[in-house]
Parts: sequence; C-alpha cells; structure tokens
Amino acid sequence: MSAFIEVDDLKFDYIKQDGTSLRAVDGISFRIERGSFTAIIGQNGSGKSTLAKNINALLLPTEGRILVDGLDTADPASLWEIRRRVAMVFQNPDNQIVSSIVEDDIAFGPENLGVDPAEIRQRVRFALKDVEMEEYRRKAPHLLSGGQKQRIAIAGAVAMEPQCIVFDEPTAMLDPRGRSEVLKVIERLHDKGITTILITHFMEEAARADHVIVMNKGRLEMDGTPTEIFSRQDRLKELSLDVPAPIYLARILGERGVDLPPGIETTEELVRCLCQLQ
Amino acid sequence: MIRDITLGQYYQTESLIHRLDPRLKIVATLLYIVVLFVVDDFLGFAIAYAGLETAIIMSKVPRRFILKGLKPVFLIIAFTLVINLFMIQGEVLVQFWKFHITREGVHMAAFMGIRLFLLIIGSSLLTLTTRPISLTDGIEALLSPFKKLGLPAHELAMMMTIALRFIPTLLEETDKIMKAQQARGADFETGNILRRAKALVPILVPLFISAFRIAQDLALAMEARCYGCGIRRTRMNEIRFEKRDLIGAIVFACFLAVIVLERFLW
Repeated sequence: MSAFIEVDDLKFDYIKQDGTSLRAVDGISFRIERGSFTAIIGQNGSGKSTLAKNINALLLPTEGRILVDGLDTADPASLWEIRRRVAMVFQNPDNQIVSSIVEDDIAFGPENLGVDPAEIRQRVRFALKDVEMEEYRRKAPHLLSGGQKQRIAIAGAVAMEPQCIVFDEPTAMLDPRGRSEVLKVIERLHDKGITTILITHFMEEAARADHVIVMNKGRLEMDGTPTEIFSRQDRLKELSLDVPAPIYLARILGERGVDLPPGIETTEELVRCLCQLQ
Repeated sequence: MIRDITLGQYYQTESLIHRLDPRLKIVATLLYIVVLFVVDDFLGFAIAYAGLETAIIMSKVPRRFILKGLKPVFLIIAFTLVINLFMIQGEVLVQFWKFHITREGVHMAAFMGIRLFLLIIGSSLLTLTTRPISLTDGIEALLSPFKKLGLPAHELAMMMTIALRFIPTLLEETDKIMKAQQARGADFETGNILRRAKALVPILVPLFISAFRIAQDLALAMEARCYGCGIRRTRMNEIRFEKRDLIGAIVFACFLAVIVLERFLW
C-alpha cells in the first residue's frame, strides 16, 4: 500500500471577527494508506472537523502541507481534482441535499463534473444500489428518515466516483437504527476499495477502523491500530474519551482472571471468545 | 403536521400532458393568457374554454384539484367583478342610491370573470402537470438565450431548485423554534394583531439565523461536490423536444389561430 494522503505539520488558524486568530489544528502529521479505513476521534473542539475540511481543500492550511494522491491542496490548479478524488459527507443530512428529488440530488456531483447524461443515470443507479435506496429514487428527501437522508448524501458522494470519502460525524444526528444503517453502508464502501476516513465520537464506530487517530486540542494525541489505542484506557479517560464497551468488558474480565485472547474489538468477537471458553 | 405540505401543487399521474416538454407547456400557458385578452366575445371564450377543457381531460387531473387552485383567488375575482359591474359608464339598467349598473358594466364584468377564471385554471394546469424541478429546468432552458446578455439563467434556476428543496426544511425549523419558545412560555395565540405580530419576533430572529447557518452548510457541501468547478455542467435529464411535443405544439398553434381568426374575422 502507498500513502494516499500525507499530512505534513498541518497548522490551521480560524480568523475571528475581531481579527484575532484561533488555532484549531496545531502541527499534525500522519499518513493515510490507499484503501485503508481510518477513524479520527476526539472531543468537540479538538479540531477533527477542521482537519477533515483541510483534506479536501475546503479549508487551506495556514502552515504545513497536505498531499492528496500527490496533489498539493494549496495549489489552486489541483483544487477540483482533489475534490473529485476525495468526496465528503457532512454531519447534518438536511443541509447537504440540494434537490427535492432523490435521484436529481445524487446526479448533482456528476453533473458538476460534466459527466455524460447516460453515464450519470448509470452512476445514480449504482450509487442508489450501494446505499440500498433504489426504491426511493423519485421520492422527496424531506419525507425520508435521518438515516435514509444520510444514505442519500453518501450516494451523492459515491456517484462522483471518488477514491476516498471523508465522513464528518455522519451519524451524530441519527437515531441508533439510522446509525447502524449508515455504518453498514460505510463499511461496504470500504470493502469496495474506497479509502475511508470516519470522523466520529462514537468509540464503537472507531473500533471498526484499521487505523485510529486521536486528536486533542488541535494536536495529534495517538496514532495506531484500534487495539493499540484502546489498550491505553487511562490516557483515553483523561481525554474524556470512552473505550468501546466490548473492549472495556474484555479488560475487566481479563483482570478478574477470565482467559481471553488479546485484541478483542467488537461485540461479536467477544461473544465468540466467551462461547469458546466452555 | 407542518411537514405534510405538498410542494407547489403537482399532481402525480401518467398522462400525455404530464410528459410534454416543460418549455412547450410554459410557452403555451403564456400564449394562452395573452390570447385570453385578445378575445372579446362569448364565442371566443367558448372556444378558449373548449381548448382548456380538452387539456384538462387529457391531463387526468381530478377536477376538485383544479378548482382548489381557484379558492385563494376567489376574493380577487369577486372584487374585480364588483368593480367592473359598478364602475363602467353606459346605458343604465338598475339604479339605487348612488350606484348604478349599466349594460356595458354587466358585459365587462362577465368578460373579466370568465377571463380570470380561464387564466387561473390554465396556469394551475401548468403547475399541476409539471414537476417543480422540470418547471425550473424549463425556465432555465427558456432563459438561456439571454445568458449572452448577462442574465444568470442557470443561477436563477438553481436558486429556485434550492428554494423548493428547503421550504419543508425551514417549515420544520419554524415548527421547532415555535415549540421551543412555547416551552418557555411564549404566547402566539392571544392578544390583538399588534401583540401577535410582536410575538412573532422571537420566531423570526432565530429562523433567520438558522437559515443563514443552513445556507453556509449547503454552500460548503455544494463546493465539496465540485459545484462551480468551471467544467461545463451536464444534466442527467436533458429536456428533449420529441415528436409528441411537436404534435402538441402544432395542435396548440392551430387552436391559437382559430381564436385569433375568430376575433378578427367575425
């Protein structure tokens, strides 16, 4: 695997109305491999959304550099090429749907890219299939549930045929059912080879990734596999971050003398290991 | 409850009228309205009505939906009738106190009434049989020749599309704000008009703020999807003028010709 995204000493300042600046991201470096699934976690205000917007050039670095597939985000000439390769799905499903008909909304991205009408129709069909919303193609988005709306937003990103999708807290405004629907879709897209970056504050979601980045106050706090990250529970607790319930339970059981293998991350794994104990 | 409203007044069904090119329908509606003001006798109105009736039957839109469109403008029609009835000078038919009804007044009132009736039904048939999105597409296509003169046809159509899309979202937002204010003891239902108008301020201010926030989010999302990237935009559903549209246009042109001839030859 080669690095798809390289973030090199990224610093980002928001300029406030009174002219003073606020440093949201303060010197971050990491790499994201092609085809990987990275979760970025951190508290509110830790700079994770700002980081995400820097990745597809919606915001430009104050200092430092981001390379996406070898293209510098600060170079105006590669701006659209970067956004074509790195699509983004936002938190609020309502505020990112453009059209009052589902399929017209999904077509919006490819239309902007000047794709041939016949191919747009095909892409829309495939994208709807990817998010399992085929029967809703002529519906009005405002009549759909939150999870369904978010899946439409994801289909809109998929129709642009990006290599990478950045999900900026896509489940934060959804009910548990909507969350699991959306997560299922995200995992399926990753399985299809799309480089996935998931920003979240749900640890169960982060546990599904193969690479976790923990942010705190604009700095990179930890960077590693979920097993590495979630084994440092005390530090996570200091950062007011939870450990996913199955990992927590596995540790407690381990401390009480239950013989469990290391590296349990999901409920299914824990159940399987516990059943094998008999 | 507030989110159950239908957008525009589109009536979903399969009919030839529904499938016609939106550009043709818009132009035809405009011409029909113009022609209604050319007509000046009952025979002409009868022909105009016959044409409209044919279109209504072909559109398969139930009559009560069409008449529903008349309700909000009923007052305007009534007002126009009364004004025409009493204000036109001429041969007096009835007179009481300072008011008099003249032959010409009755004539004029009847004409105006029929004209408005046909005009409103004709234009609501356009919105009943055309999706809001097709309508904006049609308007964009019709305005695009003026792009050379600097008219932002695409941007206008995009604005209309987004406005249509966000009507339900903003209604929901209004509903939410109203409930939040009511929970804090706001009272929107009692008092005189002035008080009630004042009570709306705590709704309108947060609504404006949230509209701006939504706009900002949407702008970011649109940019992320490469809107405005300078490549010539394509459309998934290109409007195509097909054979049925040509036939429709010819039939409509004949219909117009009959009305105009009737006006000038008889």
